[in-house]
Amino acid sequence: MNDHKDYQGAKLGMWLFLFTEVLLFGGLFVLYAVYLSRYPESFHKAGQDLNPVFGTINTAVLITSSLTMALSISALQKGNVKLSKILIMLTICLALCFLTIKYFEWGAHIHHGIYPNSPDLLKLPKGEIVFYGLYYVMTGLHGVHVLIGIVVLSFLWRFVHTGKVSQNDCVMLENAGLYWHLVDLVWIYLFPLFYLIV
Amino acid sequence: MSYRALITVWIVLLALTALTVWVSTIHLGFLNVAAALIIASCKGLVVVAFFMHLKYENAGLKTMVLMAFVILAIFIGLTFFDVVYR
Repeated sequence: MNDHKDYQGAKLGMWLFLFTEVLLFGGLFVLYAVYLSRYPESFHKAGQDLNPVFGTINTAVLITSSLTMALSISALQKGNVKLSKILIMLTICLALCFLTIKYFEWGAHIHHGIYPNSPDLLKLPKGEIVFYGLYYVMTGLHGVHVLIGIVVLSFLWRFVHTGKVSQNDCVMLENAGLYWHLVDLVWIYLFPLFYLIV
Repeated sequence: MSYRALITVWIVLLALTALTVWVSTIHLGFLNVAAALIIASCKGLVVVAFFMHLKYENAGLKTMVLMAFVILAIFIGLTFFDVVYR
């Protein structure tokens, strides 16, 4: 059998999937926009309780992971398998670093009694309840995407290691990269909307 | 893409992150939200063009991506106007 690879088709298919992801998060951004216009003071007040230092560090971590991802693709295209594998591993480490910071951040909120449907949260004004609801849903859904990214990249590391993905056939790594950059893209919007609305 | 070009893109993104944090410390009211969204969109454009390689793809794919974001803008825009002027 002739193993035919359709490079353009593979790329196009990945982009089509990314469009559905954009719409998924887009729907949540609509909700955010509507409630921000309805409860601007509450959003302002609740946003001040989020620590912008955590948010800024996480933004830098995710942008850097996007860099290592893009570099790993370039390395493989230049035929440097070893460097490519190191860079994929670095990307995974940065993703884990992001989730660890997120864990401490969520942990601090939960420790203060602020989590969905908690008695302390329900005592707050309606706008702040909505703000935290959106915060948990949107950063949570984004976190799930980071987790999926880690799994995908682990497989890619294995594929580059075994030679299934190589210099001449690296569209799978490129597509994993596209997914990873989309996760970064979503965070680029989440960060100012939740952490810097003060 | 060359390593050097990718690292330049990374530095630009970090600089824009610093800019958005700095702008948020100045109190401009509603303009804060606008500034945050404009800077985020600049960062998004850089990510899509260079990290996601769209700048070097063919015109067909570029048009598709543009269409997807235009549709998203219509979706967000029209929903928003409906809610604001209801």
